Amino acid sequence: MRRLSWFNVTSLTLGFAFLYLPMVILVIYSFNASKLVTVWAGFSTKWYGELLQNQAFLDAAWVTLKVGVAASTLATVLGTMAALVLVRAGRFPGRTLFSGMIYAPLVMPEVITGLSLLLLFISLGVDRGVFTIILAHTTFAMCYVSVVVSSRLVTFDQSLEEAALDLGCSPFSAFRLVTLPIIAPAVISGWLLAFTLSLDDLVIASFTAGPSATTLPIKIFSAVRLGVSPEINALCTIMISIVAVGVIGTSLATKRAAQRQKRDEQAAARAAG
Amino acid sequence: MAVPVFAPWDDPTQKPLIQFKGVTKRFGDFTAIDNQTLDIYTREFFALLGPSGCGKTTMMRMLAGFEQPTEGQILIGGKDMKGVPPNEREVNMMFQSYALFPHLSVWENIAFGLRRMNQSKDVLEARVEEMLRLTRLTKFAKRKPHQISGGQRQRVALARSLARAPKLLLLDEPLGALDKKLREETQFELMDIQEKTGTTFVIVTHDQEEAMTVASRIAVMDEGRVIQVATPSNIYEAPNSVYVADFIGDVNIIEGAAKRAGDGYDITWAEGVAPLHTRKEEGELIAIPDGGKAYLAIRPEKVAIHTEKPQGMTNAVQGRIIDVAYLGNLSTYHVRLANGTMVRAQTANTRRLALRPFTWEDEVWLSWTDTAAILLAE
Ligand SMILES: Nc1ncnc2c1ncn2[C@@H]1O[C@H](COP(=O)(O)OP(=O)(O)O)[C@@H](O)[C@H]1O
Ligand SMILES: [Mg+2]
Repeated sequence: MRRLSWFNVTSLTLGFAFLYLPMVILVIYSFNASKLVTVWAGFSTKWYGELLQNQAFLDAAWVTLKVGVAASTLATVLGTMAALVLVRAGRFPGRTLFSGMIYAPLVMPEVITGLSLLLLFISLGVDRGVFTIILAHTTFAMCYVSVVVSSRLVTFDQSLEEAALDLGCSPFSAFRLVTLPIIAPAVISGWLLAFTLSLDDLVIASFTAGPSATTLPIKIFSAVRLGVSPEINALCTIMISIVAVGVIGTSLATKRAAQRQKRDEQAAARAAG
Repeated sequence: MAVPVFAPWDDPTQKPLIQFKGVTKRFGDFTAIDNQTLDIYTREFFALLGPSGCGKTTMMRMLAGFEQPTEGQILIGGKDMKGVPPNEREVNMMFQSYALFPHLSVWENIAFGLRRMNQSKDVLEARVEEMLRLTRLTKFAKRKPHQISGGQRQRVALARSLARAPKLLLLDEPLGALDKKLREETQFELMDIQEKTGTTFVIVTHDQEEAMTVASRIAVMDEGRVIQVATPSNIYEAPNSVYVADFIGDVNIIEGAAKRAGDGYDITWAEGVAPLHTRKEEGELIAIPDGGKAYLAIRPEKVAIHTEKPQGMTNAVQGRIIDVAYLGNLSTYHVRLANGTMVRAQTANTRRLALRPFTWEDEVWLSWTDTAAILLAE
């Protein structure tokens, strides 16, 4: 490998420090024995133990997990369907509008998404709780899933699906037996992305959550207003780990899929040449 | 003992397996297939031949059920196929790109269609093994499609489409991706498999040699229309138009004015030289009004080349050798006639090079018999 100049090393260090120093400090202080967040008093894991005793946090964690799994699964199903329509349907009246509308929530300020959903739920008379958070998260995670899945579908050879139809499959079983297994890495990345997004969403959740259901980010936010405790540090460390695993998993799945596709294409080119 | 000739198209009691009745297919305002009527019979090896973009794949996709005709009817086994989806047709297709399932092994690829037929496990396994043997793939059964060569992939695609024992197998440029030698071997393999299984094959190709080798009949297409349907030898010996004559093999075209004379026609093609004469069996001769425009199509191998004016030949023309193409077993002489028309004459090289009497710039005579040339109106 080429040696880096002192300038490159410095900028790299500064850049990463800027990005990760706050988190590193948070993680370190989560292992602080002292109750005072800013005074180091030796290594300890007791805050993790206390966290497990805190029923309010455990309840919030459970709600977050339920919301995350349900919303990302729903978002994956709907997002994949939207991607199929976008990539497959060719030209139909209103196609540009449709694709624009699917991607709009990506750039829409979360406050607006949250507020509009809140108004919708109020006007429909829906009680706010786990169910409404799931719906809200599904709505905004769905467009991320559809972006990820449609970028894979663009390069999917449609004659594979036609071959399945030709060999006696109904359109649905052709999708299930051929298309889905082939695009599975993209669908899984989509799910993981949706799950991560749902896990750390504060804004939309606070608009759509009710008194009966509080997610972890909401809980943390309100707890911090009363002062930072080492317990919160421990909780955040756990969340950082979960998100990190999600993100790394997604990128690994995407990378492996890309490599496999490249290998297949090269093999095909060799056969043709 | 006479071997019965396979020619169901000449037998009025035979019912065709496939009937196109006035089929038109439009994409937007582009007409891909134009008012097509065509019959294909059981056990035929039928070739669709034509340049790229003339609508061959579209014909196949309509048979497989991926496209619906805009107008007209397609019948398979006497049954109208309108609205019948691909998975309910007794038709299988071998795709131009092979379309093998990359996530399944060779074995599973071949079994894929059989699994949709609710057969018992034993029957299914026996059938897959049979297909593997037929296409000589037994050794590769466990491999994935990207782990085998192009020729093997082509055979997997064939095995997969044959496994369900379809009434009709569609092959869209099946050998396009193979090199010449492998392609020729595979052509004979295909014919062998077609004979063994008794399946009706419709093959698409843009390679005229391939069509001539494998097909029982050939349909020559141009811009969405079938120009001629005939056996390979009839397509070659009796093309119905300059387009077909030119598409299949090499041909010399001499343009002139036709005039009925004796048992055939005289063609006046240049000033100050004797007209050319052509004749055919009565009934095979096309009707051209006196003085009407006509084309004589003559295959280069039917043109003889001489140093002196040949005696007793009606069709003899003089010219100068412009070019000689030496192909090893054959030589083609490019001769320019007095009015500028180029005519090619092909001879077998039975003598050593030094002994051959013709070379560049020689004045030579070309001749052919009365029946060698084909008279065409268009
Ligand atoms: N789905 C389609 N939409 C629009 N045009 C098409 C479509 N499929 C085929 N065509 C057009 O129809 C013509 C015939 O195509 P095709 O049947 O694939 O030709 P071939 O197989 O003989 O090369 C081409 O000009 C092609 O561009
Ligand atoms: Mg084609």
